[in-house]
Amino acid sequence: MNNDETPAIVVEVRNVTKIFGPKPEKASQLLEEGRTKTEILEKTNHVVALQDVSFTVHEGEIFVLMGLSGCGKSTLLRCINRLIDPTSGAILIEGTDIVTMDEDELKQIRRERLGMVFQSFALLPHRSVMDNVAFGLEIRGISREERLKTAQSAVELVGLSGYEQSITQELSGGMQQRVGLARALASDPDILLMDEAFSALDPMIRRDMQDELLDIQDRLGKAIIFVTHDLDEALKLGDRIALMKDGRIIQVGTAEDILTNPENEYVERFVADVDISKVLTAADVMKHPGPTVYINDGPRVALHLMEEHGHSCLFVVGKNRKLEGVVTLDDAIEAVKKQIPIRDIMKTDIQVISTSTPVSEVITQLAGVPHHLPVVDDSGKIAGIVLPSTVISALARKEGSNGVA
Amino acid sequence: MLPKLPLGEAVEWLVDMIELYLGWLLDGISDVLGFLIDAFQDLLLAAPPLVTILVFGVIVFLVTRRDWKLAVLTVAGLLVIWNLELWKLSMETLALVVSATIIALLIGLPVGILASMYDYLDSGLRPVLDFMQTMPSFVYLIPAVIFFGLGNVPGVVATVIFAMPPAIRLTNLGIRQIPKELNEVADSFGATTMQKLIKVQLPVAMPTIMAGVNQCIMLALSMTVIAAMIGALGLGYQVLVGIQRVDIGTGFEAGLAIVIIAIILDRITQNLTRSSA
Repeated sequence: MNNDETPAIVVEVRNVTKIFGPKPEKASQLLEEGRTKTEILEKTNHVVALQDVSFTVHEGEIFVLMGLSGCGKSTLLRCINRLIDPTSGAILIEGTDIVTMDEDELKQIRRERLGMVFQSFALLPHRSVMDNVAFGLEIRGISREERLKTAQSAVELVGLSGYEQSITQELSGGMQQRVGLARALASDPDILLMDEAFSALDPMIRRDMQDELLDIQDRLGKAIIFVTHDLDEALKLGDRIALMKDGRIIQVGTAEDILTNPENEYVERFVADVDISKVLTAADVMKHPGPTVYINDGPRVALHLMEEHGHSCLFVVGKNRKLEGVVTLDDAIEAVKKQIPIRDIMKTDIQVISTSTPVSEVITQLAGVPHHLPVVDDSGKIAGIVLPSTVISALARKEGSNGVA
Repeated sequence: MLPKLPLGEAVEWLVDMIELYLGWLLDGISDVLGFLIDAFQDLLLAAPPLVTILVFGVIVFLVTRRDWKLAVLTVAGLLVIWNLELWKLSMETLALVVSATIIALLIGLPVGILASMYDYLDSGLRPVLDFMQTMPSFVYLIPAVIFFGLGNVPGVVATVIFAMPPAIRLTNLGIRQIPKELNEVADSFGATTMQKLIKVQLPVAMPTIMAGVNQCIMLALSMTVIAAMIGALGLGYQVLVGIQRVDIGTGFEAGLAIVIIAIILDRITQNLTRSSA
């Protein structure tokens, strides 16, 4: 893999092992003798969280650590900035081993080179958006004036302009994680550690944030280590993916490597389980619902919207964007002539699908409808629409990355 | 039968030893406390009652972020006290309570912070705090008298011992309850222990810590009558007089004044909690 074009190595993890418990030396010895995790747990009551893990991350690369919960991926991430001390092994950050650093060197490298984004956002509740973003700079002892200037550009980078003085708890989950991302970026670190950063977000917002991250990465070219349990997310974000199981890395490679040349049965099963049309839900393939007309609007409004956007029908929404029905072009023209409100001409017996419907089911439903299908969330609010074309292109994209001939 | 354990003798011996070898320290503590109490008393009694009452009203108005109802309630309560001719005694009590609270917090907050950092200190402190809180408060009076004689100073010492535990406990608890990821934020950005404490832990734990401060003040007030038994002045002494003479009128008036002071202090600290949350 290391050819001449490979950019500089930023992080190198060498044979890292982590054993949790009061006396890891004994467990470590047993591990070398070839005992399994379970045996060691039974014998010594020590948990082997990471076992001889090695990998490298290059400049400008998004490296995804993926695996089911409990596989050690978050522990591994925390070893990289030594929130957790590895039991043995070396972790080189731009050539220097962080494992052997003393307190002062560690603080220095954390301040200047490493940024971290957390699953629960972990924003400081007593601080405004701006002061949260400036936190890392404040720790570095940068003057208030200067750090606010730097923080401002980070705020703009993640699209939070106008919210600088907001109280963080009043923001939505997506916005809060933007603050978390801006806080990590404000110190301009070389390495960004992201621990299940988008796992707590709704599917739609999650996809937006993934796109946003890819966009930011295009501009900044950091080395990003991204932990996730979600294969879809890993495939979308990862330049390379490390699949982990029981504290070991099973396979490292590009999305295509992993999907087409699974190294062993476990990887094969992991990715084979991904029957794409069953894994993806309506929420993953839906489009923005486009223009909708409010139930109390007149038919002329509906007609105008249809003309403007070139649609032959429009969804009608009520309070809180709750889906109420659909109005077609013919009906709207009729209604304008007769001067009756939308409420009385819309069709209410429409077929809807929920955001969690698997795509396989969406396909069968799509077969029998003249217009696109509306997707509603649990509260009946319109969340998006699916068209045959959106489904096909979503599946094609997956098949493409699957490399299936 | 087994011989009786010489616990009482041991405690007596310990007290003797302290008196013998740490007398200079006890004198020093006594001087500092005496000075503090006198200073507060002089301050509270410096101006005519009406002026002090209005100043209190303004302070409440400001710390509660312009809650004029509470300010009016404060002024009215203090006017009642003045009217009952309990002004001087009330200010003496307030001086004792404020002094005891300040000492209790000066010791309790740092100890609580340390306990949150070191598990062994936490587990070592727990039985001590249980002991301080469950031992009948009258028992503290005996060594307080032996070490500091009679008067305001031993009263404040006994009050400090009784009122300090919740400040320690809730400071410790507040910091320990901080979500793990918030502590990781401080560490991952390279914060020093002090930066982590000041910029993350204390602000996040502030509502819980303030609840401890509130408890501390309330317990200090509840000790006024007991402290009066060893010569502490103020409303507590008046209640004691009421008991000795079986004079319900005197006892009730002084008791009511204590309640009024308690309500005012409670509302002020609760509002501080809210505005810092």
